[in-house]
Amino acid sequence: MMNHYEKVKTIVDKYGGNHDSVISILQDIQSEYHYLPEHALRAVASQLGLPLIQICGVATFFKAFSLKPRGEHTVTVCLGTACHVRGAPAVLGEVKRQLGIEPNNTTDDMLFTLETVNCLGACALGPIMVIDGRYHGQMGPGKAKKILKK
Amino acid sequence: MIELTIDGIKIKTEEGTTVLEAARETGIIIPTLCYHPGLSPYGACRICLVQVVKGNHSSLEASCTLPVDQRQVILTNSEKVTRTRKLIMELLLSSCPNSKTLQDMAANMGINKVRFKIKDRGCILCGRCVRYCKEQMKSGGIGFVGRGTSRKVATAFDVTPEECRNCGGCEWICPVCEKACMADSLIDGLCGGCQNLAPVETCLVCTGCSESVGPQGHRVYE
Amino acid sequence: MGIAAMKTLSSAADLERLRNRILSRRDSEKPCVVTSVGTCGVVRGSGAVAKAIPKALSSLKIKHLVDFKTTGCHGFCEIEPVVVIYPERVLYQRVTSADIPEIINETLVNNKIIERLLYVDRLTGKKIVNEQDIPFYNRQTRVILDNNRLVDPHKIEDYLALGGYSALCKALFHMQPEGIIAEIKKSGLRGRGGAGFPTGIKWEACRNAPCSDDIRYVICNADEGDPGAYMDRSLLEGNPHSVIEGMIIGAYAVGAHDGYVYVRLEYPLALKNLGIALGRAREYGFLGQNILGSGFDFDVKISRGGGAFICGESTALMASLEGKVGEPRQKHIHTAVQGLYGRPTNLNNVETWANVPLIINRGADWYSQIGTEGSKGTKIFSLVGKINNTGLVEVPMGIRLREIIYGIGGGIPRGKKFKAIQTGGPSGGCLPESLIDLPVDFDRLTEVGSMMGSGGMIVMDENNCMVDIARYFVNFLTEESCGKCVPCREGLDRMQDILTDITEGRGKEGDIELLEELGDLLKESSLCALGTTASNPVLSTIKYFRAEYEAHIREKRCPAGVCKALITFMVDSEKCTGCGVCLRECPQEAIFGEKKKPHTIDQSKCIRCGLCRDSCKFEAIIVA
Repeated sequence: MMNHYEKVKTIVDKYGGNHDSVISILQDIQSEYHYLPEHALRAVASQLGLPLIQICGVATFFKAFSLKPRGEHTVTVCLGTACHVRGAPAVLGEVKRQLGIEPNNTTDDMLFTLETVNCLGACALGPIMVIDGRYHGQMGPGKAKKILKK
Repeated sequence: MIELTIDGIKIKTEEGTTVLEAARETGIIIPTLCYHPGLSPYGACRICLVQVVKGNHSSLEASCTLPVDQRQVILTNSEKVTRTRKLIMELLLSSCPNSKTLQDMAANMGINKVRFKIKDRGCILCGRCVRYCKEQMKSGGIGFVGRGTSRKVATAFDVTPEECRNCGGCEWICPVCEKACMADSLIDGLCGGCQNLAPVETCLVCTGCSESVGPQGHRVYE
Repeated sequence: MGIAAMKTLSSAADLERLRNRILSRRDSEKPCVVTSVGTCGVVRGSGAVAKAIPKALSSLKIKHLVDFKTTGCHGFCEIEPVVVIYPERVLYQRVTSADIPEIINETLVNNKIIERLLYVDRLTGKKIVNEQDIPFYNRQTRVILDNNRLVDPHKIEDYLALGGYSALCKALFHMQPEGIIAEIKKSGLRGRGGAGFPTGIKWEACRNAPCSDDIRYVICNADEGDPGAYMDRSLLEGNPHSVIEGMIIGAYAVGAHDGYVYVRLEYPLALKNLGIALGRAREYGFLGQNILGSGFDFDVKISRGGGAFICGESTALMASLEGKVGEPRQKHIHTAVQGLYGRPTNLNNVETWANVPLIINRGADWYSQIGTEGSKGTKIFSLVGKINNTGLVEVPMGIRLREIIYGIGGGIPRGKKFKAIQTGGPSGGCLPESLIDLPVDFDRLTEVGSMMGSGGMIVMDENNCMVDIARYFVNFLTEESCGKCVPCREGLDRMQDILTDITEGRGKEGDIELLEELGDLLKESSLCALGTTASNPVLSTIKYFRAEYEAHIREKRCPAGVCKALITFMVDSEKCTGCGVCLRECPQEAIFGEKKKPHTIDQSKCIRCGLCRDSCKFEAIIVA
């Protein structure tokens, strides 16, 4: 059983301990822990020999990273222009109502995290909602309600 | 040597000089906020914008980062420049209304009203404190976190960083931070970025801020 | 399985021998079933279709008689999943896995066409059997995208069979770097990422930039962040080798030995297929040391984005490659001269790179015959929004908007009226009906207050509110702004405040002028192109749709019926059948009425969520 520091070291070593690979390192850490825990960021800073605030800067700049623990399921609503034009805000409104949370937050029972994204590139099928990597196209508030209930 | 013209004055200066530096050498005042001669230029506040004229076409560029170029024609005080500067100042005031430096700069520009919603960020995000910590103190105690309007100066996880040298330089170099310098408690400090650092005993340069002076002792506005 | 290379190819002659072997084992008359498994198709179920095909071929025991191929996006996203049967190119649309056994049995074995699965031409009402007869396709000029239907992105042999990497051979063995640059300059190719900078001039600047250690870089910008644009995704998913080949030629021309492809994180399939293609290219000797025995070394690394639109800007992208936040710097000195790690760096967009092998093979003279005086070649657009034929269209520069929207796009669905078309993403503008005959090229679009951008074309109809659209783009940009410079960070934020006020009924006289003033400020004083182009959506909608803004401000009315605070949902008592579906759907219990009698909405409870309109089968819910 590796401790957290060692787990991070494996990831850092995979990228040769390179400063440029900070973003990739953080992405791998996030895949491992489903978010970026404080101890992992401290480990990265120490192992790369970079100031901790610099790592924090990168971790808080990119939308892909979350410093808060996330839910078991991630619900992502696309708010790209094509989806917007086809009614995405109404879909988001319904999802917010069903889950009872704002985007970038997690339900109290830690089951669902709601996120928004600014275009997935599947515009023909908009509006799009992704649940745990599965794409659902041509959403409307009614359809979203049905899918979430399941 | 490069020859250029600023406000009609012919200037000779070395290659690699910035337009701002060339202007200062000649005694032409261009207002600045994020610029400091001891730090790398940043180009974030945009208050030092000058007009670069090329034939019929002109553009506004930040003089603190713009390198001098042969036969460049620069205007530091044209109608376009002053109009733009005023609007930037108005935006700055709406995001940091309690700064005496900004208030004085604005008053001198003839601004007496802010038409935008006041959102006091307590900081103009000029980055002087961050650059000071990194470049002068070779430390890495404070930095920028977040993005867009959520961007702010902070320490990692909002606790005193190990790297902090307690030099107080971040407070000293802040162009808007007079409030922090005179505050009893650092919690009242303007940007809050230094509020978890060890208290500074004395403010090295502050003269009580009854005049609008910048930390280096020069007037920062016309 | 194609023919595995027994050893790495070490000369142009090796490549030609391999290509001939591949071609000799291909029979163009042999039936082949093709289905596309690009992201669009998969969302609609083409994954299941792709699994069903070999199963059906096996069960009918004809697997040895019929080939099966999966490809990337063909481009006609509206009709996905598609199944195309070669050699006749019989096309079936909106196929489900349940249809497959019938398709294999009827069409392949019994040579019968299944009428119900054919594409129906909207204008004539006629069914079309063959892919090449479909107007959506044959009205385009698909010199780049066409190969997507012929190539399995995992099989380099497919690319080789089409002549792939022959441009590379020509460049390495029959041309000099300066000659390649001259050819690209002559072709008139301009960057397809948005700014439209002349590619040849950029390459030349990079090659000639002084560099003490002679290390240069080439980068492929695959951060396609404009919402609504997905051309690059389709190219990388469907034909990654075309981009790789372009990069190798470019690297040879500028003198770079290291390349990067920066792919946005939101494109997992593009990342995967690119990775596979790079692996194959290395195995065959197109990447690595001594490429095809030419003495030229070059290899490519993939870097993933982190969810930041600003990283599509070249200096921010390079900062991100260096492991820093995506903060742009001023471009007093261009990245071609000082870029990644301060070294000369040539950055180009995915589509730009894909044009390179085409130009080298067919020549600049041929290429420059397509397009207009100032904009040569073709451009791939993603035609989305309120349009019948949603998909990717590749057209010559200079084609009129009308042809794209009506001729290829099939017009506006549900009989609605065209209102505006947005080009250039958040950096572009909205163009009205009066400009429908505008020839589409870089300079014309900029002249009218928009820009080409990366190629997103979003069509809007009478039910879209232009003030809402402006607010949407400003919202997007405030979220994506890096926050470094004052005009963008604070200026956009205050523009957002004003637009929100207007759409929520708090607009006041002078707001439009204030928006224009801020818009001009951003244009002239922002540090990077995100800021300088950020005001285009607002300024263009004010220019062409000022009356709509005024209605919101002076009359507190949203003519298009979109802005929630200014609209009311009502039941049309003539159409309402009293079925009660909306009553049950309403989350606020704001609808009441007896069975079989017209219902009413209690305005004091209504939150304008739209669930009732969505669920009504009689179109009895109207918006005023």
